[in-house]
Amino acid sequence: MLTISRELVDKIIAHARKDHPDEACGVIAGPVGGDRPERFIPMENAARSPTFYEFDSQEQLRVWREMDDRDEEPVVIYHSHTMTEAYPSRTDVSYANEPNAHYVLVSTRQEDTEEFRSYRILDGSVSEEPVDIVE
Amino acid sequence: MAIEVRIPTILRNYTGGAKVVEGSGSTLGELIKNLDAAHAGIGDRLLDGEEKLRRFVNVYKNDEDVRFLGGLETPVADGDTVTVLPAVAGGSR
Repeated sequence: MLTISRELVDKIIAHARKDHPDEACGVIAGPVGGDRPERFIPMENAARSPTFYEFDSQEQLRVWREMDDRDEEPVVIYHSHTMTEAYPSRTDVSYANEPNAHYVLVSTRQEDTEEFRSYRILDGSVSEEPVDIVE
Repeated sequence: MAIEVRIPTILRNYTGGAKVVEGSGSTLGELIKNLDAAHAGIGDRLLDGEEKLRRFVNVYKNDEDVRFLGGLETPVADGDTVTVLPAVAGGSR
């Protein structure tokens, strides 16, 4: 289950809408082992593509080091699909390498909904989980 | 010669759970061979079938991505920190 504040959900959605038609991506950091997303870190999509995203490698180093310094880990890794549903694709699954993270997907293919959904991806296997949005 | 190597969560099963290990070598390529000798199997996660650095694994010498330095030929020395981070990427397909 992903427990996340409404404020953070809105931030993810706003980022996805802003970057549309490119995929948006980012991280929400939280204290190690706490499973609580707290600190919103939107990332640049170095691929700048409507069908692919990739964190810029230097920016990723900076952010990962900062999390380490603050005893945080990536609790949520989010990205948007711009033309397809908010479900992990084959490439999403291949490159999911943070075993403790909740992989959040939104879709900007429709104007009136974002299909905000969350998944665990472990050893190549996807399982969707419920999302509890805390107001 | 001790080079500090920082290991991402997903590769810590090769290092018995260790976040930081030490290695030696005068180039990144040598360092990876040295690491694989001590932590069997880790080499395959960093190098592809043609012995090149995998596309979606980021390796840094101190603060810089080694892709900008010389790839596997990047010189490394005592006191350097090499960090490995799997790239965060994906797409609609």
